[in-house]
Formats: sequence, C-alpha cells, structure tokens
Amino acid sequence: MITSKKIRDLVFELIYTAQTELPKDIEDAIRYALDRERNELARIQLKNIIHNIELARKERLPICQDTGVPTFFISGRIPCKNFERTILDAVKIATEKIPLRPNVVEPLERTNTGNNLGKRIPYIYYKYSDNEFKKDYTEITFMPKGAGCENMAILGMLPPVHGLEGLKEFVLDAVLKAGGKACPPMVLGLGIGGSAEIAVQLSKEALLRPINVRNEDEKYARIEKMLLESLNLLDLGPMGLGGDTTVLGVNIEYAHCHTATFPVSVSFQCWATRRAKARIYKDGYVEFIKVH
Amino acid sequence: MENMEYKLQIPISENEVRNLRIGDVVYLKGLVYTFRDMGHRRALELAEKDEKLPVELYRKAVFHCGPIMKKENGKWFCISAGPTTSSRLNYIEPVFIKKFRPSAIIGKGGMDKKTLDALEEVSCVYLAATGGTAVALAKRITDVKGVFWYDLGMPESLWVLEVKNFGPLIVAMDAHQGSIYDEVSKKVKINETKVRKKLASYL
Repeated sequence: MITSKKIRDLVFELIYTAQTELPKDIEDAIRYALDRERNELARIQLKNIIHNIELARKERLPICQDTGVPTFFISGRIPCKNFERTILDAVKIATEKIPLRPNVVEPLERTNTGNNLGKRIPYIYYKYSDNEFKKDYTEITFMPKGAGCENMAILGMLPPVHGLEGLKEFVLDAVLKAGGKACPPMVLGLGIGGSAEIAVQLSKEALLRPINVRNEDEKYARIEKMLLESLNLLDLGPMGLGGDTTVLGVNIEYAHCHTATFPVSVSFQCWATRRAKARIYKDGYVEFIKVH
Repeated sequence: MENMEYKLQIPISENEVRNLRIGDVVYLKGLVYTFRDMGHRRALELAEKDEKLPVELYRKAVFHCGPIMKKENGKWFCISAGPTTSSRLNYIEPVFIKKFRPSAIIGKGGMDKKTLDALEEVSCVYLAATGGTAVALAKRITDVKGVFWYDLGMPESLWVLEVKNFGPLIVAMDAHQGSIYDEVSKKVKINETKVRKKLASYL
C-alpha cells in the first residue's frame, strides 16, 4: 500500500533535488562550453555559473532565485488516493521549507497566492494510454521553469510548403529575438507537428530529454545537430554579451499533423535546466531516475 | 582598450560612474535596493503625488531582482538573489532613472535605447549580473536591512540589501552611449548570414 505521505515525501524530494542539483548532462555541457570559450567576458560568466552550480549543490540551496512555476509530468498508474491533492501539498511544503519563491499570481490582479498554488496551477500533465495503465509503477517528472526563458516561448503555424527551410528560419528568428533575455547558454525544445497546443506541449516535453541523447528518428536527430552547430556561430554568448556558446542543446519532439498545417513551437530553457524524475512501484519501492 | 576591474563603494559618485566603460568588471559594496515591475510602478506613482519613497536612491544602486527570502526569529535572510530580465522595465526605466538619479542599475539581458539615453543624461551605468547565479550573489549579501511594500508579494517587494564584493558585474551599458548589447547585436547581424548559409547547406 502506498500512502499519500510517501508520495508527498517523494514529490518534495524531487522538487528539492531539481531546484538544487543541476543534471549532469547540463553541467557537463557548461563545463565544455568554458573549455572552448575564447571571449573573456563569457569566460568570467561561465566560471561564475559553474561556481554557482557547485555552491547550490553543496549547500542545497535553489540554483536560481526564480524557482519557476512547478510543472509535473505523470505516467503509469495512479499510485494513491487523492494523488493530485498530495502533489499540491508537497509543493506547498516545499515552498515553505526549501524555501521556493512564491511565484504564482492571479493573472489580472497580479496578487500573489504566497504558496505557489493557484487555479489549475501547478499544472499536471498525465500520459494516458492502454500501455501506461498496465505499468506497475508511476513515473513522476518535475520541471520548474523560470519566467525569463518562458517569456520567449513561441508558436508558429507555418506554411506547410516551407518545410524544413521554413523550420530553420523560424527557429533562427526566435533565437535572434530572444537575444540575451532567456539566459543563454540555453537549451531549445522544439515541438513539430501535431496541432497548435500539441506542438507547444511537445516543445516542453523535448526539454525533459537529456541533451546528450538524440532523437530516435535519424532525420530529427540530424536537425537537432544541425541547429546546435549553426546557432553557436551567432556569437550571442552567455547572457547575450558575446561568446562561443549560445545554445547548449537542441531537442526535438514531433507528431504527425493535418495536411494543411505545419505547427512549430520553440520553448526556451535557461542554462539552469532543472528537472528530476522518479518511479514509485506498486509495492512502494522508489527509484530515482538519473535524467542524463 | 584593456578591461578594468573596480571595487566601488555605494553611493557611487558621478565621476566614478563616468570613468566606467563597457566591458569593465565591477564589485559593489554598500546598500542595494531591489525594484521589479510593481516596485517601479509604485515608486513613480508616489513621485507623481509628490510623496517620498521609503528609500533615497540618489547615486545608489537599483537591482532588478525578486529574491528568495526567509524569516528566522524575526529576521530576514536572503537565500537566493539573481537578476531578473531588465527589458520588461524598458517602458518605465528612463523616467525612473531621470526622477531618482541612481548611479547603477543591476540586471540581466540589457535595456533599450531610451534607457541608454537616460543613463547618459544622469550619469548612470547598467551592470549585467550573470543570470541564475543566485546563490553566489546571495552569499555576498551581508545583511537584509529592511523590506518595504511587502503587500506586493515577496518577489516584487522593495528589499534593502547590504552587499560586499557584490559581483562580478559587467558594465554592459555605460554613461557614454556605449552598449555591449549593441556591439553584440551588430556582430550577430553579420554572423546571421553565416548561420543561414550553414543551415541551408544541410539537406
């Protein structure tokens, strides 16, 4: 029997880990960026970023003051009674204990709820399918997303005939427009196809995949590599102050779409790409999944 | 020209500000005030009614930041405090700078031409902190001297922070119309052609 308390503690730990320990794939990419960086101001900033990552991990403090709006991705079986309530409780406790910055406000009044809970927030994505229901575990992924990069997110309903060329132009323009505002060096999540909302959601899900793992489909893996190599020739650099690394990784997720549409979405993720994942099995066994 | 490194005490004099050039690296000591979207708005609303701000900003440093704070035994502590995206304040910053005449604005991502003009007019610089380095910066906050406008919520409140060796901060926009963002964007414009060519070469 899995108790609500067990799930609450697990979700708390996921939040704590994500907020204080940067995944290894991201940290490695930042260290590699410092190795090859030639711009002095960029080097100062990358060193500062690495120092901050180490300090946050050692002292278990939030890497960035913008601890984001909590977002959860759930797959597999539903593990306990009042599952959703339990997740929300964990967010509330984490906000007070870690502590996290209370970021959640009413959209028009801008009044802060003080505990990171609000109408429909934290948002919980569920993956429902026959296969998922058969699993003997629940997989919980937590991703906090800061506002600086979230504000740069973009959806384009491109002309289908523009194809790959249209996609390249769209992504390049989005990166140019974001400039230093999304806290580069950043990770790009691309959602291609589906529909308007599916493309945006896929672009978010793309950010959950480690940046050293390419898309299973060779064609999309090639586009990921092509965009990464090309965009780093821009010399936009860390924080938009110039430098050799603008983008740490490009991840794509795609879906088939209507013959008359070509939705493309770009989700930006700052260098502080925070995520944590765990599975809890039917018998209560917990497995933390290294997401790198 | 060689980039210089400076340790500056707040308040920062007009001469010291005018001495700074883009690319210089600065570490600050003294009192820093956090102002975000709502704080800027409220400050100007008060000024319009001829009411005083709870703090004096003349020749001081304004920090675009919404920190994580924790209260223990009645005392506030700063947990994490990095810069927020400054461009959200483009619409209000020029008026704010001219009204309160600070010596430094600390933020990230850069600001627009009107802000650059205001920086020149009052002798003020825009200092870029590295986004996300919030624990490292919080370590350089030695004391939380107070908080105003807490009704705006923790991120938007006006926090009075005492800092030491606060940096590295990069002079990204100076009081002489210099802007690293403009320089980078010119370079990026040239590189754009290279990138388009490389992208086109892939099938």
